[in-house]
Amino acid sequence: MVYSKREDGRKFDELRKISAKVGIIKRADGSARFQIGDTIAIAAVYGPRELHPKFLQDPEKAVLRCNYDMASFSVTERKKPGPSRRSTEISLVTEKALASVVELDLFPNTAIDVFIQIIQANAGTRCAGICAAAMALAHAGIPMKDMVAAISVGKVGDKIVIDLDKEEEDFEEGATDIPVALTARNKEVTLLQLDGEVSKDELMQAIKLARKGCEEIHNVQIEALKEIYKEDKNGQ
Amino acid sequence: MSKLIVEERNVVVPGEKLATGMEYLPGNGSFREGEDIYSSQLGLVNVSGRFVKVIPLTGKYNPREGDIIIGKITDVSFGMWLVDVGCAYFACLNVREVPEFIDKGADLSNYYDFNETVIAQVIKVVRSKDINLTLKGQGLRKIKGGKIIEVTPSKVPRIIGKQGSMISMVKEYTKCNIVVGQNGKIWIKGENVEDEVRATEIILKIENESHTHGLTDTIKKALEEGTKNGL
Repeated sequence: MVYSKREDGRKFDELRKISAKVGIIKRADGSARFQIGDTIAIAAVYGPRELHPKFLQDPEKAVLRCNYDMASFSVTERKKPGPSRRSTEISLVTEKALASVVELDLFPNTAIDVFIQIIQANAGTRCAGICAAAMALAHAGIPMKDMVAAISVGKVGDKIVIDLDKEEEDFEEGATDIPVALTARNKEVTLLQLDGEVSKDELMQAIKLARKGCEEIHNVQIEALKEIYKEDKNGQ
Repeated sequence: MSKLIVEERNVVVPGEKLATGMEYLPGNGSFREGEDIYSSQLGLVNVSGRFVKVIPLTGKYNPREGDIIIGKITDVSFGMWLVDVGCAYFACLNVREVPEFIDKGADLSNYYDFNETVIAQVIKVVRSKDINLTLKGQGLRKIKGGKIIEVTPSKVPRIIGKQGSMISMVKEYTKCNIVVGQNGKIWIKGENVEDEVRATEIILKIENESHTHGLTDTIKKALEEGTKNGL
């Protein structure tokens, strides 16, 4: 069977509908919500704050701690709450995707905590989480060299597609899912995972597609961040 | 050729290009990469001379020498108190920096105890980000009574106003004693609770509308109305 048309009628290089909002959690230092299609991620940032236990402190730079978790109601089949093998791994890769842009050396001996909750999942949750976390970090006033945007690309059947949904991920002929995170300015890859089979050419083609998608996401992120201070232009 | 890409008082996000060319220099909240200057924070652009700065709109308190702050004593140890001032690092208040004479070996908690709040001044911020405080100076003391509210530290200049115009107006109308710490903590003490509640409401109103035009007039109107209705 050939994959000639996408289930939801999108083009092969078309993203699902994206929306983002900043400042959704009042008690956090920074927070954001990022929605792509039916996937919704919320992120909260606390810190820089004191890090305990003390032996974890780094006298040269701050420690970035990410925590990714899925709400038990986020998927069709109830997910057992609490950390799992999968969420631990995603927390770690998220941390590494963000650590390269955050100016951690400005806050020695402290911790910056990022909490990501997936409240609704339809594939691409780690990418949505990274997008939300990057916005929340900026909203928390933490100095960053750049913004990060992430999108999943992949191969469904014999087609290279962007932003796979759950149905495409479970395509019976086999699907390859490649989450990619890119910095906004230099288009440096900060996350690249691959689950499935692709040839070298196909991979390069997919990453090219991801670059285009990330640009679109980045524009949404900027707009959401500026939205809360819109009135500033009319004021002084 | 050097060129400014953004305008003064524009809102910028991290990684946004502010200027090109070596004529401009990066200030606080911005950095240079190659020929260009980029923002590293979410904030407002401020150009002063050759420097391009970004004034942050959010974020934790960034201590600077000379700031008057309000903090809570969280620890009493040998020869010093540790004070929580709302940033990532504890501030240190040495026994030599308090106005009282303290005998050798005296119990320090008799002078300033846990959970007591002080108005202090930052005398030094060392490289490892430790903060040194002093209580020697005009108006610096332990706080008794009243209430403390918290606002975003970056909004403090608006609450104080030009040469303290805003805060003295609030003081005058609400008959409250108000001290604004640079770290976003504000101490309010009035004759009765109603006055304090009113001052709190007004200050939170200033915080919420800090970016609007003609804020002083709006606040003055609100204060006058409150006086007519309530008192």
